[in-house]
Amino acid sequence: MRADLEIIQQWIAPESRVLDLGCGDGAFLAHLKKEKNIRDCGLEIDVDNINLCLQAGVNVIEQDLNKGLSNFESDSFDTVLLAHTLQTVERPDILVEEMLRIGKNCIITFPNFAHWRHRLKLLSGGNMPQSSSLPYEWYDTPNIHHCTIRDFDRLCRERNIKILRRTVVDFTHRSSFLMNLHPNLFGINAIYHFTR
Amino acid sequence: MAKTIPEDSVGLVTPELIHFDEPLELRSGSVINVYDLMVETYGELNAEKSNAILICHALSGDHHAAGYHDADDEKEKPGWWDNCIGPGKAFDTNLFYIVSLNNLGGCAGSTGPSTINPETDKPFGPDFPIITVRDWVKSQARLADYLGIDQWAAVIGGSLGGMQVMRWAISYPQRLRHAIIIAAAPKLSAQNIAFNEIARQSITSDPDFHAGRYHDHGTYPKRGLTLARMIGHVTYLSDSAMRDKFGKDAIQENFGRDLRTGKLNFSYEVDFQVESYLQYKGETFSSQFDANTYLLITKTLDYFDPSVDYEFDLSKAFAQSTCKYLVISFTSDWRFPPERSKEIVDTLLKAKQQVSYLEVEADEGHDAFLLPIPRYIDALKSYLGCVAAELNKQDDKQGVSADAG
Repeated sequence: MRADLEIIQQWIAPESRVLDLGCGDGAFLAHLKKEKNIRDCGLEIDVDNINLCLQAGVNVIEQDLNKGLSNFESDSFDTVLLAHTLQTVERPDILVEEMLRIGKNCIITFPNFAHWRHRLKLLSGGNMPQSSSLPYEWYDTPNIHHCTIRDFDRLCRERNIKILRRTVVDFTHRSSFLMNLHPNLFGINAIYHFTR
Repeated sequence: MAKTIPEDSVGLVTPELIHFDEPLELRSGSVINVYDLMVETYGELNAEKSNAILICHALSGDHHAAGYHDADDEKEKPGWWDNCIGPGKAFDTNLFYIVSLNNLGGCAGSTGPSTINPETDKPFGPDFPIITVRDWVKSQARLADYLGIDQWAAVIGGSLGGMQVMRWAISYPQRLRHAIIIAAAPKLSAQNIAFNEIARQSITSDPDFHAGRYHDHGTYPKRGLTLARMIGHVTYLSDSAMRDKFGKDAIQENFGRDLRTGKLNFSYEVDFQVESYLQYKGETFSSQFDANTYLLITKTLDYFDPSVDYEFDLSKAFAQSTCKYLVISFTSDWRFPPERSKEIVDTLLKAKQQVSYLEVEADEGHDAFLLPIPRYIDALKSYLGCVAAELNKQDDKQGVSADAG
């Protein structure tokens, strides 16, 4: 399992209803089903991933996040999850609002664009940063809305979103002294648990 | 010499006519006292009777969903869903016991308008009562009782078949574990009903229709039924499917306008291939299908709307259901387009049901649900693979508790 998911799963209550936006191959939902007996629902648009979800026995709905979530009722899920997808959607702010409407609490993970390596690459080479968490060229990247930890903190402040937990981790999804000291500089991936 | 049957076929099958003598009270208030259902089964029912799948057919389908009837007839086509049913196929007969029937009111052996009415010694014809999807499902539940099946592992159907699946989940929530609804809609739209009404008018305005008593006159409304089928057939295809089918002329991209004889006739004879194709399809159908059944089933379609008993809120109809759902639509289907399947999905979400949904890219129109489209077949295979795995787990558990006892 991807390491950010290791952390997230601790925040998900047993027997709860979980909506995973961009659920990929469904492995995480399958894991939560097995370990926590959650009621699962995943959204995905990739054809191969959808088939993998079906193979894993995960409930998957072919639906594009950019076309909205108006078909989901308010407060119909306990937790709404968006892992490593925020930066790919057309309007991250609207999606965050929709997540808050549908779920009692929400979890978002994203690659922190303000990590020092990214800053250094932009500063020294003047090129759009590439890294193992951001492996794409500027022209073919699905990541159209990069954001930083500071940016997301500000969004939460402005929208009266209550951050329950915030964890900043590296590739092995461990935290360190430096990351805790300067998350926006040293954190590679950000994980937020929030509500309203 | 006997013909060669493909290895992944269920092989030669023999339908069975099953008699029911418990009166069936219909939605309309009419009662059918006794009736027969023509049934085919494929695979073996396991000892726990937990591996049964019910296949529900659409307008022109019947019990013959897979395999062959004749060992010698080289030209015989297999059953209508043969690409899905068989050993190793999506509906794997090594794992599942598959039941397929001709619905009540049909014309392939089950009691219907062309059956002899014992009271008059003549075919029921127009006297046969209007049957609704609810009535069908009720008769299918009796069939399940007869076969000793308390709970289906899955009930599966496309188009009108999908509507029967929905009705199963609503009427008998405890009697199915999975519902697979393909290329369907929660109810017909005005446009859908309009096409059905044109089909009915074609049939009833044929002088050979004789108010539905054409059997008594030794004839049938060939022209009317042909026309009805021609209209229906167009709605099952898509514009692009027709362009491909009738546009093989390599010299120009001609939008499916291939000529029948290579030149225009400048008369009202057939000019384009699409015309002769439709006429051929319509005529063939008219010689094999009963006009009264066609009328009846178009009404069955028009009447389908399970929300009527639930203050027109379909989510309330699904509230008691306990099965899991798989809903599939096809992009070029304009008879029941993806938006209609999405309505089903959204309703199920509202009813807090477990649902998966696929919108399969396909050019073949509504007919796509009968075709071996790789993504579609893979999805069915994947989903039913899990159904089979779950079955084993369940049976193991029962086995363990039985041993412990």
